Amino acid sequence: MSRTFLTGLLTSAALLSSVLTAPSVLAQTPAAAGKEWATPAGSLNGQRFSTLNQITAQNASRLQVAWTFSTGVLRGHEGAPLVVGDVMFVHAPFPNTVFALDLNNDGKILWKYEPKQDPNVIPVMCCDTVNRGLAYGDGKIFLHQADTTLVALDAKTGNVAWSVKTDDPSKGATGTDAPLVVKDKVYVGVSGGEFGVRGWFGAYNTADGKPAWKGYSIGPDSDTLIVPGKTTELGKPVAANSSIASWQGDQWKIGGGATWGWKSYDPQTNLIYYGSGNPSTWNPKQRPGDNKYSMTIWARDADTGAVKWLYQMTPHDEWDYDGVNEMVLADQEIDGKPRNLLVHFDRNGFGYTLDRVTGELLVAAKFDPAVNWASKVDLDPKSETYGRPQVVPQYSTEHNGEDVNSTNICPAALGTKDEQPSAFSPQTGLFYVPTNHVCMDYEPFRVSYTAGQPYVGATLSMYPPRGDTNMGNFIAWDARTGKIVWSDPEQFSVWSGALATAGDVVFYGTLEGYLKAVDAKTGKELYRFKTPSGIIGNVMTYEHAGRQYVAVLSGVGGWAGIGLAAGLNDPHAGLGAVGGYAALNQYTSLGGTLTVFALPQN
Amino acid sequence: MTRYARYFLAAGMASCLMAGFARADKPADPAAVSSDEGKYTDKDGRPTFKVHKDGKVDFYTYIGYVRYTANCMHCHGPDGLGSTYAPSLVNSLKSLDYADVMTTVANGKKDVSESSQLVMPSFGENKNIMCYIDAIYIYLRARSVDAIPRGRPQDHEPKPKGFSETEDSCMG
Repeated sequence: MSRTFLTGLLTSAALLSSVLTAPSVLAQTPAAAGKEWATPAGSLNGQRFSTLNQITAQNASRLQVAWTFSTGVLRGHEGAPLVVGDVMFVHAPFPNTVFALDLNNDGKILWKYEPKQDPNVIPVMCCDTVNRGLAYGDGKIFLHQADTTLVALDAKTGNVAWSVKTDDPSKGATGTDAPLVVKDKVYVGVSGGEFGVRGWFGAYNTADGKPAWKGYSIGPDSDTLIVPGKTTELGKPVAANSSIASWQGDQWKIGGGATWGWKSYDPQTNLIYYGSGNPSTWNPKQRPGDNKYSMTIWARDADTGAVKWLYQMTPHDEWDYDGVNEMVLADQEIDGKPRNLLVHFDRNGFGYTLDRVTGELLVAAKFDPAVNWASKVDLDPKSETYGRPQVVPQYSTEHNGEDVNSTNICPAALGTKDEQPSAFSPQTGLFYVPTNHVCMDYEPFRVSYTAGQPYVGATLSMYPPRGDTNMGNFIAWDARTGKIVWSDPEQFSVWSGALATAGDVVFYGTLEGYLKAVDAKTGKELYRFKTPSGIIGNVMTYEHAGRQYVAVLSGVGGWAGIGLAAGLNDPHAGLGAVGGYAALNQYTSLGGTLTVFALPQN
Repeated sequence: MTRYARYFLAAGMASCLMAGFARADKPADPAAVSSDEGKYTDKDGRPTFKVHKDGKVDFYTYIGYVRYTANCMHCHGPDGLGSTYAPSLVNSLKSLDYADVMTTVANGKKDVSESSQLVMPSFGENKNIMCYIDAIYIYLRARSVDAIPRGRPQDHEPKPKGFSETEDSCMG
């Protein structure tokens, strides 16, 4: 392992120095999506911004449905299709069907891939059998199947080029994430934090599926690929085996830190960025210590996996605030100085702005005023608690203890934002963030571990913040100052990924099923259309034959399908009251459909 | 197989056989007729709930709520109301009796076809569920006949004598 490290470090050093003289690296990774949408977020920087500008704030009200396509699957549809050349690639939840549609021929099916998977994987998937999409590269389409098979399909024929097993579903590990392709590697993570899976992030060669490297979230440095003395957290070198030192006994071996979120990449630093999830179990009393490195932002060398820097946002989690949400890379000025930023909207309700080269923490501010579990994140570099959230004892489930119901904690376990990715517009300088506006009661208790069985350890119930009736907001955020610029209330949590475009129109979907277009500057609604089912997919855009299209998968489900399908209860309304929070199932029903929008042709 | 699971399966099979004859179209009257240390049973000797006039519930209904919400809610939804991918147990328990529920929880259930992909795993080896299965059943039985509302029971009888000892020996 140490030899790999050395070579890795040498390679990365060589690469860093060659970045300026190697424009081809930059050419491969355009800063924004254009005609194509060839990677899950449109571009490797995770911005979900498109340079297409036919659809503008002036004409968006005239949008119409151009065509639709049914996936034939009823479960929750997360993620978005890809468009490469004249072909659209559409994915579906379990059984993880993939379709290649010919855009030159009214979406005729060029090929269909449907893997045979053991249905026993279904109940091991926490929160529905979702899949967040595909990646493209090297002439192949990459899919991380529910059963943790990473498969490469020939983009032209759909034939399996290679497949490799990344983990073991019988122990609770599943594949739900969208892979990311950078240069000659495809990157994937794993789900299963509620089953005591030990999370990892891995790179495989696009050519043949051979594993290149794998870095665990938790464990000895040889497993995490942390380089003691070199890897930094908030500017300070990390000590040897700091992860294991932050756990008691062998709990780290079933310690979670799953990695099922979005990934982004910066060619200038050759770093790949992603987040790790909750420590196992949800009962904090069973895992004393900081539980490193769950709930952490990771910056790894893309070639070797060696960790350049990391930052644990929620040490010793007590609320299930996974750190897996997207890392958006943007270049903005702060205090008059141009900075290479990483912006992250965490489940814990804080929007973080960091220097993505050094990992320096610049801004950490609440992106929903309801957030109450912590008063603030300590931003004083001289302080002993620098970078740590200042937890409010009343809302600390560790402080209140086992078998005690801690009430009115905001946000709920599903976070102020979950996986639904935000978008960034370089034109307005703003981030567009789909959010949840939900609080919870949380009662932790002792649980016992059995491999492949749920390993949760807490009971929770969810409801809107006291006095409010909306369960979501769609907000515009200034990451330079940590301020909300505008906020559009939504009846339900906004569980759809946003899209920002050069036409100054921002798109998102709602759980009732509306595709909405809003003005990027003001948030004013420009257009809405009710698709066949609730939207938990991400909006994307592409151009074909000179015309701009906007597409989104509808098909309600996922985490949102748990709490909201039945309607949240309202503990403040007294006994017996179901409350005014109408159930989502009064608005929408199951079924996966792709709906594609365009302006009418003259 | 652990001791508690063996015990449970034996008990489950026995009540299955009995249920084969005893099951009626409607589930049995849930009224509590007797109590042993705060655990109530109906006229057929099956576990049941007790709701007092002031809304106070028996301890098992309360613990059933807590354990249901931790272990079952992820699929079957809050308060037993179902989700987009698993049925409402409030409805299911209107027609399933104690033995049916025990068998399904211990063995799991599969309904996989072109149009359906419902799979429930076997929980027979899961102490977090099997050590509390009677309580979970009692809670859902109360929900299925609308004896208790949604949400956490506001008040409950004290923890019965011996409950903690039994819990500790089951959880190991």
